[in-house]
Amino acid sequence: MAKTLMGLCMGLLIVSMAHAAIEVFPFADDQQRDRFQHLTELLRCPKCQNQTIGGSNSPIAQDMREQLFTLLQQGHSDQEVIDYMKARFGDYVVYQPPMRKDTWVLWWLPPLALLAGAIIILGLVWHKRRQSNAAAEVTSSPHEAQRAARLQQVLDRYADDKDIPS
Amino acid sequence: MRRLVLFIPLAIFLVLAVFFMRGLSLNPMERASTMIGQPLPEFSLKRLDAPHQVVTRDDLLGQVFLLNVWGSWCPSCYDEHEYIVAAAKAGVPVIGLNYKDTPEKAHEYLRKMGNPYQMNLQEPEGMRALAFDLGVYGAPETFLVDREGTIRYHLTGVVTETLLNETLLPEVRRWQKH
Amino acid sequence: MHIIELPELGHFALILALCMACVQMVMPLLGTLVRQPVWLAYAQPAAWGQFLFLTFSFACLTASFMLDDFSVAYIANNSNSALPWYYKFSAVWGSHEGSLLLWIWILSGWTFAVSLTRGLPAEILARVLAVMGAISVGFALFILATSDPFERILPRIPTDGADLNPLLQDFGLIVHPPLLYMGYVGFAVAFAFAITALWSGRLDAAWARWSRPWTTVAWIFLTLGITLGSWWAYYELGWGGWWFWDPVENASLMPWLVGTALMHSLAVTEKRGVFRSWTLLLAIFSFSLSLLGTFLVRSGVLNSVHAFAADPGRGFFILVLLGITIGGSLLLYALRVPKVNVKVRYALFSREVFLLVNNIILVVAMLTVLLGTIYPLLLDALGHGKISVGPPYFNALIAPQMILLAFFMGLGPLTEWKQARWQRLRQRLWWAAGATLVFGLVVLPFIYDGQWHFWVAMGMTVTLWIVLTSLRDLYEAARGRRGLAGVTASRWGMILGHLGLAMTAFGVTMVANYAEERDIRMALQEPVEVHGLNFTLTSLEHVEGPNYTAERAVVSVSGPDGAQISVLHPEKRLYAVRRMPMTEAAIDWGFTRDIYVAMGEPLADGAWAMRVHYKPFVRWLWFGGGFMALGGLLAACDKRYRSRVKRSEEAAAVTEVAV
Repeated sequence: MAKTLMGLCMGLLIVSMAHAAIEVFPFADDQQRDRFQHLTELLRCPKCQNQTIGGSNSPIAQDMREQLFTLLQQGHSDQEVIDYMKARFGDYVVYQPPMRKDTWVLWWLPPLALLAGAIIILGLVWHKRRQSNAAAEVTSSPHEAQRAARLQQVLDRYADDKDIPS
Repeated sequence: MRRLVLFIPLAIFLVLAVFFMRGLSLNPMERASTMIGQPLPEFSLKRLDAPHQVVTRDDLLGQVFLLNVWGSWCPSCYDEHEYIVAAAKAGVPVIGLNYKDTPEKAHEYLRKMGNPYQMNLQEPEGMRALAFDLGVYGAPETFLVDREGTIRYHLTGVVTETLLNETLLPEVRRWQKH
Repeated sequence: MHIIELPELGHFALILALCMACVQMVMPLLGTLVRQPVWLAYAQPAAWGQFLFLTFSFACLTASFMLDDFSVAYIANNSNSALPWYYKFSAVWGSHEGSLLLWIWILSGWTFAVSLTRGLPAEILARVLAVMGAISVGFALFILATSDPFERILPRIPTDGADLNPLLQDFGLIVHPPLLYMGYVGFAVAFAFAITALWSGRLDAAWARWSRPWTTVAWIFLTLGITLGSWWAYYELGWGGWWFWDPVENASLMPWLVGTALMHSLAVTEKRGVFRSWTLLLAIFSFSLSLLGTFLVRSGVLNSVHAFAADPGRGFFILVLLGITIGGSLLLYALRVPKVNVKVRYALFSREVFLLVNNIILVVAMLTVLLGTIYPLLLDALGHGKISVGPPYFNALIAPQMILLAFFMGLGPLTEWKQARWQRLRQRLWWAAGATLVFGLVVLPFIYDGQWHFWVAMGMTVTLWIVLTSLRDLYEAARGRRGLAGVTASRWGMILGHLGLAMTAFGVTMVANYAEERDIRMALQEPVEVHGLNFTLTSLEHVEGPNYTAERAVVSVSGPDGAQISVLHPEKRLYAVRRMPMTEAAIDWGFTRDIYVAMGEPLADGAWAMRVHYKPFVRWLWFGGGFMALGGLLAACDKRYRSRVKRSEEAAAVTEVAV
């Protein structure tokens, strides 16, 4: 019984983004505020489900925001701030995945897939052209020519439909 | 050849399925530690039982010890407390780091649960000192620090009986022999 | 004391529905194996029965919610007697168990609709129903074995429920999940048609024609569901964002991307008889990705803001279902897809190729989203530690892909099938291209703040290119004798859909580059200036809601000239049962900008920390979603689909000649 109940409780939808973290920091200038906003959206709250430190009100996110503000006040660059947080909380803390050997696939697979797609299409068209050239030479039997003509006729009727959606 | 190409989607799916299978037994909320092999950060914190006394990193070195992050607000800390007591009984020095707590509540906790700690450091709400530098984002967490002040083991979460007997204590012995 | 035990009745109805689904799955299968065509006829009544029983089962759960039957564990966990009735209603799908029941009920609804289609050969219909029945069997077993919404807590019945999560107590959450599920589950129809085609070996253009309207309708629902979800996140979560690349969002985007590709590919297959195996694969993918999303969201393998909490047992069950459905269908695909090389010619510059290019970009985009979503899991499983893949990654990779997509999207509709004539294409495009480059790349980016930003220029170029080419296409379509009246519904659909994407692109560009966000301290009667507007906190009041209490601020917004623009009422609520604080943002919306105010924490001296957003053209990105859905609707309503019998004969003729 207790086990079922626990299972049921665990089945509840967890949505922890109940309320946004809204605080007023005395920024030196607009540029510092922009950097602060950018970094609070880049850094991930380590305790939360999937929230930035700017989006969470958990104690650790609050600490991190305050520390972030302090670091900016002390004149650290964005990269220094990121490295500072990474040294404490790991690569996990930044939403931008690192560029290293084991993330190579992550960064380069999509562009490579696009390239492969382009090659496949070019290959397909080239293949088609060769095939239809060959077919034009080989099609000697009147029966086959007739069939091809009929096919073309039906297909053209489709293609020339005025109502072409795509 | 063309037939084989058609099996590519299936192959990709099967590989993914194996990963998902593995994924079911992993906890996405767990974090890897960046602290292992790193020196214990510099700090200067007040003692809980003697607030006028300030403790720094150098005061702790020279022995292999466990650093246990806890707070009276943390339900899991109550769960693991008996194993912290057991560790202390087994002769392992345990330093407490009282995290985001108030001295009154912390003393109350220790009175009720027993005090296994050699000493307790205070890092109250709003302070970002040792715990923050250790990448602590909740309680409990436990670190193993060797004689030279290097962190050798880091546990996020509750110390259980098995963890204590099969991991923590052997690790402590190992680094004591070092 | 209840006289009628509704939950038990609902549970029995669910079991009966499972039995019906079994009949629906097994009889056509056996009928085909032992060549008993009569047995195929069982599928249709079984589908009706399944729908009937699931409707009844769903009604029982809904009625139990309305009657506050807290002896049912699911209701005790997700409802409360103080909850307004409409939220009791939407609480039915507010959590895991009930949302699964909604899922399978919608599936049975789609099945029912398919079973009513006329003009489909009886044998094909029976097989399609069998495939859908098989999916139903899997999910009904899943619900009964691991996620029974009717389970009772006996004998200690709680006096009141734990309440619905306050975040879900909102209009958006009444509508969003059903729409989304209609989309996910709707792809099951296209999937079933694809499997039937592979199974029966009838891979002619007819199956493309049959599954096209179903795919389009499912796509419309998915589009609306995603749009609504994004809008909900914007106004309800209080952070002003509209997309976070959270795994749950990605899980809905992946089937959408592939579904979009499928819609276009089906058009080519139907019109020209080409790309058949590719279209089949997309049909399998789009439903597989819907299922994969279900797995990712409900198994706890990923970290997400709105994931259902981890339960590896359930995760394992879904993974097995996934293995059978996806693995099985991909295996069938690999074994049965024909090697016929359709002898239909097309050149490099043809609509076929441009559509294929767009298909590939869409699939690569899906791949990018998939990779980014599961990469942390892959690395973790390999023991390489934890990383986060978030907005910086997705934005960096998806944005260029979308620009490429938009480029070909403009070309496609203006290109002829088979072989485009260069000259005509050039003649149709030169002014659109010229205007796009001059205005999109150079002029427009300066207008908003007098500075040229790369991404604004890109966004404007994309928007303008799609708009101008779509208008040109409309012009081409209206050149006939009947003018605009001669433009067919599906042509209008395409144009509206593409314009919708342009609107979304425009909204995204504006809000991503020019939005302003400020956290400010607001004290009574002290105006604060943000983006040239004055925000004044005029009063604070205490509000008692039906199941919450709230602090409500009255914020007056006035322009630089002092004229009042609007009065906003943001709230900070505390829901009584769950003790959960909630930010209710107040938004003054407009076509050119939203003004958004959210309350933070009280500060000293009665002042409050507040967040103010100024979001230019943010509505456009959801209007765009609406336009896309409307376009889909027009395309699905095209009258060609009503004279299906004649057309399927023609399609059969094509097959006969082509194969």
